[in-house]
Amino acid sequence: MSGDHHHSHDHDHHHDHHHDHHHDHEHGHSHGHDHHHDNRYSDMEARVKALETVLVQKGLIDPAAIDAIVETYETKIGPRNGARVVAKAWTDETFAQWLKEDATAAIASLGYTGRQGEHMRAVFNTPETHNLVVCTLCSCYPWSVLGLPPVWYKAPAYRSRAVIDPRGVLEEFGLRLPETKKIRVWDSTAELRYLVIPERPDGTEALSEEELAVLVSRDSMIGTAVAGAPQ
Amino acid sequence: MNGPHDLGGQMGFGPVAPEKNEPYFHAEWEKRALGITLSCGAFGAWSIDESRHARERIPPAEYLSASYYEIWTRALEELLERHGFATRSEIDASVKLTEAATPKRILKADMVPAVLAKGGPCDRPVETQPLFRPGDKVRTRNFNPETDTRLPRYARAKCGVVEAVQGSFVFPDDNAHGKGENPQWVYTVVFDAGEIWGEGADPTLTVSIDAWESYLEHL
Repeated sequence: MSGDHHHSHDHDHHHDHHHDHHHDHEHGHSHGHDHHHDNRYSDMEARVKALETVLVQKGLIDPAAIDAIVETYETKIGPRNGARVVAKAWTDETFAQWLKEDATAAIASLGYTGRQGEHMRAVFNTPETHNLVVCTLCSCYPWSVLGLPPVWYKAPAYRSRAVIDPRGVLEEFGLRLPETKKIRVWDSTAELRYLVIPERPDGTEALSEEELAVLVSRDSMIGTAVAGAPQ
Repeated sequence: MNGPHDLGGQMGFGPVAPEKNEPYFHAEWEKRALGITLSCGAFGAWSIDESRHARERIPPAEYLSASYYEIWTRALEELLERHGFATRSEIDASVKLTEAATPKRILKADMVPAVLAKGGPCDRPVETQPLFRPGDKVRTRNFNPETDTRLPRYARAKCGVVEAVQGSFVFPDDNAHGKGENPQWVYTVVFDAGEIWGEGADPTLTVSIDAWESYLEHL
């Protein structure tokens, strides 16, 4: 992508350069084109830059706060948080029980709280049932334990199909479940945020909690993978 | 509203396309869009419900072809204009042209860790007892409001079973429109796929939603 260069020149021609098929033509922007969609958003980099510029001029936002938010979600809050929760649940029966009864508190005890993790529920895979989480209405996702959601989680293909054809979706992730395995799909329609606790892989009895956490992928905590599967 | 966001069961979007080792952001502007959106949320001028509804109101053809951070940005501009913080004309021109409304709070960098760690809990006490108990058979209501609702189309007028009482929470159908938080009990309701999708449904599949009390009636 275009990286982090920041335009120092004023460009007040936001409306002029958005007609991809016309902008080489002389005066192509000045007449003759019907606007059936909103061209404001054809150059998102310019649009968001303008948005930030205006809000900073008005003293409404602090660019350093934006940097701090981005840094938090790039380096501090991500799926390693959730993997620690899962590994602890695998090795500590008391903790696993706490997770079942009060996931918000159990997860907070490991230091993971806050935005889009205020009301947590942990759902445990079993030999009989595989759990899968989706938000068909928007993109609700447990940020406090998984970080920012991947693009596919927010996109129409996953949101539309997870509730009607979860087996087909899982196969696109390379996961083929036994035909007898039950599938439970959790549509996050309210403010509860779901963390799937995958089954502990066989042959991992000797591993430490830290070693176990390595086997827990982000997708296994959404339900589009199982733990310990080859990546 | 029956908007483009209500995607459950729609077809034709093709396969899910997971990206190996996907980065958190695919462009620098996505980082700024995230940070600006959260910073503006800190103004305290609108709720998450109003914010979601602003996204749902993006025209369908535009919603479905936009990336999620574009959806966020479009909705944010609507909210900023609605609440007097900035107009689209100002953003078009990339310059301040009007005085802004006064926010309740301006997010500074040193406030970020505490604000993110606190989040925005939306559980609220109610004085009533839950109308439904785990194991109760219920039917979801059939309605098609032009306003915000969190009852997806695919789960309307469907029979299911209450699995859990999850607590009482702000009611988005009211709160999105400034009608107050009006909290209600929320229940996890489970449906057999056959009830939702009918012929050819996966017999091993159950789907649950989290439903506010007024979405449900006893069977």
